[in-house]
Amino acid sequence: MKVKDFTKEVRSGNIDIIEHTQKIIEEAKKINKDYNYFNVISEELALQQAKKLKEKIKKDNKGKLLGVPISVKDCICVKDIETTSGSRILKGYKPLFNATVIQKVIDEGGIIIGKTSQDEFGFGGFNTNVGLDYKIPRNPIDKERVTGGSSGGAAGFTKITKYAHLALAESTGGSIVNPASFCGVVGLCPTYGLVSRYGLIDYANSLDKIGGIAKNVEDVDLLLDVIKGHDENDSTSLDKELNKYKDIKKIGIIKEAFNVDDEIKDKIIARIDELGVKYEYISMPISVEYGIPTYYLIAPSEASTNLAKYCGMRYGIHGELNETYNEYFAKVRSNNFGKEAKRRIMIGTFARMAGYRDAYYLKAMKVRTLIINEYQKAFKKFDLLLSPTIPITAPKIKDIDKLSIIENYMIDMLTVGPNLAGLPHISVNVGNNKENMPIGAMFIGNYLDEKKLIEVGKRISLN
Amino acid sequence: MKVDQELIKKVAENARLNLSKKELDEFLPQFKEIIENFSKLDNLDTKNIKPSFQPIELNNVFRDDISKKSLTQEEALRNTKHKKDGYFKGPRII
Repeated sequence: MKVKDFTKEVRSGNIDIIEHTQKIIEEAKKINKDYNYFNVISEELALQQAKKLKEKIKKDNKGKLLGVPISVKDCICVKDIETTSGSRILKGYKPLFNATVIQKVIDEGGIIIGKTSQDEFGFGGFNTNVGLDYKIPRNPIDKERVTGGSSGGAAGFTKITKYAHLALAESTGGSIVNPASFCGVVGLCPTYGLVSRYGLIDYANSLDKIGGIAKNVEDVDLLLDVIKGHDENDSTSLDKELNKYKDIKKIGIIKEAFNVDDEIKDKIIARIDELGVKYEYISMPISVEYGIPTYYLIAPSEASTNLAKYCGMRYGIHGELNETYNEYFAKVRSNNFGKEAKRRIMIGTFARMAGYRDAYYLKAMKVRTLIINEYQKAFKKFDLLLSPTIPITAPKIKDIDKLSIIENYMIDMLTVGPNLAGLPHISVNVGNNKENMPIGAMFIGNYLDEKKLIEVGKRISLN
Repeated sequence: MKVDQELIKKVAENARLNLSKKELDEFLPQFKEIIENFSKLDNLDTKNIKPSFQPIELNNVFRDDISKKSLTQEEALRNTKHKKDGYFKGPRII
């Protein structure tokens, strides 16, 4: 059921909010045993919210998300609910406040059902880089396969639940559209700054965006409508409205992005042919060829500074205070960060070190300008750009360890471009491969052109 | 660019990470692979190109200097195990 139809049913009294909340919580608990989508299921909070809402709607039944169950990627702070960004170093941390997006969702009648699994701090494209003590979520279509990442729990649960539900997710280099593609659902990553990051546990501040994952395009549109908007608590928050929808006249197909399996290419092109919008191929060599090294310099550089504050002092995991401060901090960090977190801290620390900063960190920031310019040139000619979301379909979990580090990072090849440039992008399902695994098409829009993405998504999506 | 154990150790020290012998052995070839991949960026001419520290141009945000409600001392200390007399208690300096 679409969220809009669900809230209508709630309003007319055909659905009891408390019963419905109980049902989805029971479902989440049952599914979690096999699929590991939730780090925390916030049953008590959800039922408390449901009871309050049931009372409230007797007098006032407004609310765009009235009674709608909302799952929250673990990196987004929910008051009094353990929030760890999937990392053992934050074990036990209970935020004292709600992230702006959480407050907005609650104000519209949404019910928070839990914190979803992710790669530790968002460090991955398969959701296999979960923190120490966390379990890898499994693909809803084939349990042997990955969900994609880093918002893997969000996408997996969205696909599998029988109920109306919306997922709050987050993307730094593709973490919304990637798992949406692998799990066969819709993911929308907004323009950088459109949605407040206040209360988000930072991965890389100049790249992080909160967005939505849902079963269909209408749902993800509704969620964006609720969470967007200027926030004085976020200094990078945009104070602008979305552009009004204008006809989509021409789509640019990114040539270099289609060096993928024929099956993926054919499914996407077949759908775009049916769409009946004019399209042309366009070459975008810098974004596709140089996106990975650029991203993997900038994101870990920012991450290594953000993660410097995790040292076992004010929140999260604590050790015994019987060493000097450097020994204590290093011990807590070494014992509680996972392998990929350590790797990215190392890469980022290196890239910012005296002697290397200009050659690596600054160089990457300059290439980022070239990437932004390449997109801006393309948008002079095209309304939207199209590529596969991911060059492959969901691989088996056991095969991930066989990849070298760069092979592993290459999974983000097509998604880092729009993320580096802060451009909105959507992934919708356009069919399955022979093994029944979903294929996603990704449309990229110019800044604040989310309405075009929604429109094309509705027309092309099989969701 | 020479990537050796010494460099890895130096980076780890700066990052306040104690890497085990096993981790050091694992990181070294990975670091080499990663840095080799990064050097691809040298193919691009970035002379006279400004760095983009943000994807979108940002303006400074100012607000009036008026105090607002914030966390109480008790709230701020709620998530720590190490506290004393209303303060965070840290490890010793020397």
